[in-house]
Amino acid sequence: MHNTVFEKLQNDDPEIRKTKILEALESEDLSVSFDDALENEMVLNMGPQHPATHGVLRLLVSLDGETIRKVVPDLGYLHRGYEKLAEATSFHEFIPHTDRLDYLQPIANNVAYTIAVEKLIHLEVPERGKYIRTICSELGRIQSHLIAYGTMVMDIGALTPFLWAMREREKILDIYDILTGVRFTTSYTRIGGVAQDITDEAIAGIKKFIDEFPKYLKEMRDIIERNKIFIVRTEGIGYISKEDLIDYGITGPILRAGGVNRDLRKDDPYLVYDKLDFDVPVYNDSDCLARYYVRIEEMIQSIRILHQCLEKMPSGAYNANNPKKVLPKKERVYTKMEELIQDFMIINFGVNPPVGESYSAVESSKGELGFYIKSDGKGNPFRLKIHSPSFCNLQILPLLMKNCMISDVVVIIGSVDPVMGEADK
Amino acid sequence: MNQKRLELIKSRLTDFEIEFSDINGTPAIITNPENIIIICSILKSEPDISFEMLLDVMGVDNFKKENRFEVVCSLYSLEFRDRIFIKISLDTKNPEMPSLTAIWKGANWFERETYDMLGIKFKGHPDLRRIYMPEEYEHYPLRKDFPLLGIPESLQLPKK
Repeated sequence: MHNTVFEKLQNDDPEIRKTKILEALESEDLSVSFDDALENEMVLNMGPQHPATHGVLRLLVSLDGETIRKVVPDLGYLHRGYEKLAEATSFHEFIPHTDRLDYLQPIANNVAYTIAVEKLIHLEVPERGKYIRTICSELGRIQSHLIAYGTMVMDIGALTPFLWAMREREKILDIYDILTGVRFTTSYTRIGGVAQDITDEAIAGIKKFIDEFPKYLKEMRDIIERNKIFIVRTEGIGYISKEDLIDYGITGPILRAGGVNRDLRKDDPYLVYDKLDFDVPVYNDSDCLARYYVRIEEMIQSIRILHQCLEKMPSGAYNANNPKKVLPKKERVYTKMEELIQDFMIINFGVNPPVGESYSAVESSKGELGFYIKSDGKGNPFRLKIHSPSFCNLQILPLLMKNCMISDVVVIIGSVDPVMGEADK
Repeated sequence: MNQKRLELIKSRLTDFEIEFSDINGTPAIITNPENIIIICSILKSEPDISFEMLLDVMGVDNFKKENRFEVVCSLYSLEFRDRIFIKISLDTKNPEMPSLTAIWKGANWFERETYDMLGIKFKGHPDLRRIYMPEEYEHYPLRKDFPLLGIPESLQLPKK
């Protein structure tokens, strides 16, 4: 086969014949031919320290030439035993640990966890607290989707949009700095509300961000969406059927890119999502490109939600008025005896929910993030099970990658957008 | 879930020894491992019940003498947008139940995780390996008798 190509080249252009590379190819020293290499199956180990695997995901890939025959994911390199730790910490003490689950959107995890605990102890948060939490969740969603967008296109080879995405994400971190006092691991929520009220400065920062962000998002889309390389490398790659998605219990953008309209914000509204007007983007192609579009459109919807939240947010209390369950304000703890006793009791003995169990789930940026809590009446959970979307979504990797090329692996991982902190718990 | 739908589910499952309870407002079926496969296939395939998704298989160690272990399956219906839980209590000495992989493919990793963390075995599972801990690890970390700080020298470290 090669000979015919070279002969053709030789006949067409005598100049090429003289180039060094063709001479090297024509020489007899090159004993390995393509046909030999294709006959052998090769097992390739990707990770856990591979830059494109988004953390410490390890994949064992069985290759036939460049085509993937089988993939076996290997998890557990970031297993820290958070479910075991939770059993030894009080309900409040576990909030900082939730930051480390899905570390791309720590603030949204804080919200998800406290909602679960409040459901267990039947505590209602005031309206303002709910609005603040909704703002936090949506900022977290944008933060996470920006990383998903940036790393996915970077894996394809476009470095500039990644830097733009990081620049926008940095602005969100600056908002967290004002809102929570911390840029990254926020630990912002408390059982019954949030750590501190949202200030005018933070509101101004969010307003500025949501006014500017659509312009920058359009820039990011313009550079990518009409780029032929991007389209060719994502369209039709990583296809999975709708039936398989449902059978594997997949949630989040991957499910919505497969034509299933399931969003807990609409189906089972928590916080104030039932009072807000937003759409759920659904695509039917179920490939990497569709997942990309779902995430981009979700960011646009998040901006819409943030606009409405800032408009509708009432004034008033942001923490529930229940001294036995909710931590008092710090300045009052230092000056008032009653508050000091409450603080001491909650910190030392916990919130002591009634005996029973509870499951609560929210729609995080990756899918359904749920917490199953079983309580025996003590201050720490008897059992806390984290239903992490990244873990469930990773299960379909072998299906997505089957019969793809080796270069598609990084694109597919980018489109699934796993976070190993959450998958490994 | 509304009362009418719950009654419908109850009427379909009258042949089996089950109890109905709830987990903080969400209905839960309490059953034993014998009939679990039939119950699950009814819940999944009957068109007017149709719990198409298995979202999670959660293991609990209740740390008591009899029926120490418990498995809580979380099911979701896309058509009716509601949940149901199935609670299966398991034996203390030999916690074992049939695998749900034949009904939902997604049960594969959830069951592997439960096996890894609590040592609950799933009969008929195609690939029951540990998922987080190394394969040669002998303990089950989420059991209540496993110490929080771990067991010294239970993980082989490289020699100096």
